[in-house]
Amino acid sequence: MSHLALQHYWWFIISVLGAVLVLLMFVQGGQTLFACLARDNDERTMLINVLGRKWEFTFTTLVTFGGAFFAAFPLFYSTSFGGAYAAWIILLFAFVFQAVSYEFRSRPNNFFGAKTYEVLLFINGLLGTFLVGVVVASFFTGSQFFINDMNESFWQSPLRGIELLFNLHNLMLGLAVFFLARTLGLLYFLNSISDEALESRIRSKVPRNAIPFVVSFLVFFIWLLFRDGFAVNPANGEVFLQANKYLHNFLEMPIVGLLLLAGVVLVLWGIGISIFTKSNKGIWYTGGGTFLAVLNLLLAAGYNNTAFYPSSYDLQSSITIVNGSSSHFTLTVMSYVSLLVPFVIVYIWYAWRSINNKPMTREELKSTDSHIY
Amino acid sequence: MFENIDFTLVNWSRAQFALTAMFHWIFVPLTIGITYILAFMETIYYRTGDPEWKRITKYWMKIFGINFAIGVATGIILEFEFGTNWSNYSWFVGDIFGAPLAIEGIMAFFMESTFIAIMFFGWDKVSKRFHLVSTWLTAFGASLSALWILVANSWMQNPVGTKFNPDMARNEMTNFWDVLLSPTAVNKFLHTITSGFVLAAIFVIGVSAWYLIKRRELLLAKRSIVVSASFGLLSSLILIATGDSSAKEIVKTQPMKFAAMESLYEGKEGAGLVAFGILKGKDLHKNLDEDSQAEFHIKIEVPSMLSILAYNDPNAYVAGIKDLIMGNEERGIMSYHEKIRRGYEAQQALVAYKKAQKEDPEGEEYKALRARFEDPEFNDDYMRYFGYGNYYDPDPEKLEANAFRMVPPISMTFYAFHIMVMLGGYFLLLFIVVLYLVFRNTLHTKKWLLWICVWTIPLAYVASQAGWIVAEVGRQPWVIQDLMPTMKAVTNIDAGAVMTTFFLFTVVFIGLFIAEVKIMLKQIKIGPKKKEE
Repeated sequence: MSHLALQHYWWFIISVLGAVLVLLMFVQGGQTLFACLARDNDERTMLINVLGRKWEFTFTTLVTFGGAFFAAFPLFYSTSFGGAYAAWIILLFAFVFQAVSYEFRSRPNNFFGAKTYEVLLFINGLLGTFLVGVVVASFFTGSQFFINDMNESFWQSPLRGIELLFNLHNLMLGLAVFFLARTLGLLYFLNSISDEALESRIRSKVPRNAIPFVVSFLVFFIWLLFRDGFAVNPANGEVFLQANKYLHNFLEMPIVGLLLLAGVVLVLWGIGISIFTKSNKGIWYTGGGTFLAVLNLLLAAGYNNTAFYPSSYDLQSSITIVNGSSSHFTLTVMSYVSLLVPFVIVYIWYAWRSINNKPMTREELKSTDSHIY
Repeated sequence: MFENIDFTLVNWSRAQFALTAMFHWIFVPLTIGITYILAFMETIYYRTGDPEWKRITKYWMKIFGINFAIGVATGIILEFEFGTNWSNYSWFVGDIFGAPLAIEGIMAFFMESTFIAIMFFGWDKVSKRFHLVSTWLTAFGASLSALWILVANSWMQNPVGTKFNPDMARNEMTNFWDVLLSPTAVNKFLHTITSGFVLAAIFVIGVSAWYLIKRRELLLAKRSIVVSASFGLLSSLILIATGDSSAKEIVKTQPMKFAAMESLYEGKEGAGLVAFGILKGKDLHKNLDEDSQAEFHIKIEVPSMLSILAYNDPNAYVAGIKDLIMGNEERGIMSYHEKIRRGYEAQQALVAYKKAQKEDPEGEEYKALRARFEDPEFNDDYMRYFGYGNYYDPDPEKLEANAFRMVPPISMTFYAFHIMVMLGGYFLLLFIVVLYLVFRNTLHTKKWLLWICVWTIPLAYVASQAGWIVAEVGRQPWVIQDLMPTMKAVTNIDAGAVMTTFFLFTVVFIGLFIAEVKIMLKQIKIGPKKKEE
């Protein structure tokens, strides 16, 4: 494959991983809902356990997303992580706490008490989703950094990533991801717990999270279509601001645009049937739609001669899939490795089905063979 | 030459990484080893159908679960820290270093987390055979993950399969198999995972010994000891063999580390191995000059042993710290002075290249420089010393002094190495004794030995950490051997920011550690479930 084709291929893989990550953030969303859903201990335990059997996948996807970004676009890795230091470190802490909280929460003599671990899970759910949304929004709105001719990067804001929070457009995506994750969490609960009392409470919470999600997402999206974007001249790699760049991207890549719209429709469909019918299948539609929407949003950030990690401080420092990628050789090696991905997905699917084929009930909590968090 | 370097920043960045890496490594070796012990136990259960073996497996699985989560939690910090704190490093070698990290995620982490879920939640949901396979796959997943991260680490110690690209100002991978199968990587992988096996075996033996002392769970304890001591004994042998081959590798690729491990100042033929020694003086590496000598308070030396360790030849010449710095023509050792000069020339060539490229990308000068970077001789004679160039100084006296700065902390490397080796030998002995007594069915009567087993658990952790100190402190000042010194690898950020996160990490890690230890001790006290239905 040509170097350019490989670069496109790897931006596609990154986008897929990003889309899976956002989809799996139903775990984070669910973690912010224990307090307002559970009325007794059994309910709380059920909620925590259906998530507890899935958290590692979100976590692993995050790690793989980071690793793949490092391998395929190291310039992004070195610029963004070192640059937006404060933002990434806060995000890291949020995930560190998550990993131990499930295992430690119900163990005797756990030093901090179960309540603390639940609070930590809440914090992970809140910051994990919100900050990821804000950082991803900077793929469209830009950050303040400078890269010299040895490709060493220098962040120009002393706030080290925190400044991304002062951009209203970024905040909109942060809110959208947060409420989307909560909505996904609710739909996942509906699908994986069989308990009447809990079910009606879960269902009543869907509109209260879906509506803020739809509003913040629409604001973000419409704003995106009409803002100036970071375009690249393919002939000489020069970056310049172009009016309605992202709208152009969707029009010039109609498949990307249409799939994005299809994703949005699916998301709404899943939400709709969960509110207006007794269906518990909403997660499949909304989850699938989330995947499609995020995938195509990310594709629009990197394809069609667009800088995916733009610098608003110095346009020519902006990172594109061409100037930020690994060498031809490394991308080729990694492409062979990526052939493993479908195989991985198949065994994960198989394993999930074999242990999760029936919804959780109160009865299961008493089973002696279950590893209960 | 160091005026642009913020050493406060470098030191805090190092401290933070060391803190995270060492904390991570408290939990990982147990995971690597105990998953195999679980797999052995469950295999016996599968073969015999004896419910007691299932009870034993499930008990250790619970202990493993407590340990596992915290290893995962700290692993993610390490991965992201390459970006957050070692930004220039991430660019300079990301083309090579990123790949193993990504492969680790795709190949190993998903495998581990998928099958661990079946291990914990699948007992009454999947068939016995599928469950057993899942336990084995969890063990393989943990080892695979170790493989890739150790390949990445080995590449830093011995950068092979790579070429410098002046356009991008970075090193690029040219041969994947060289990276994966370099002798450094193979040795490091085997040595490190067997060290995990040994640690896990000692852990299981120690906890079981405590049950024997308390006269509880006799059958569980004895069976656990048989399985883990056999596993530990076998692993110990491989551990020692790969330790030996690692030493032979280090002599070739990192001679300075090797000299520091033995605190060998002057090279000699038939060099003796210091079996035990206490060094005189402190800050040895800071006070080093031409006249420095290694001085010991006490020293027990095995004659010619170091030459044998290094080259399998009692008369072989082993280079000392001062030979490496000052050079030794007779032995064909190039001085650091010369390496610095060459590295500096390579760096200047890059600067000239960038300038010519900007000014006239069609010009003769640019073409000539471009040809130079393609020339294998230039790469071999100059580019390979690229990192030394950072120690250049136009004043020859200062340059000479800089050369003497390029040594690792000598006493730390020396002690860490000796502690690791002594404990490694002791563990082998312990496995033999324990195994012998448990087969004679007299182990439970030897209370003193049982207590020794209990107190060997912390020693296993000490040995394991000491090993990493040898590997990582011993290779200073390099983050990538000969190509990039640690001081050039850091992110351009305020030292204060790193200091803040260092303390945050410290507080969090202490909290997590206390919680983990308390939970673990409580679970050991509670013991396994009374009966397996």
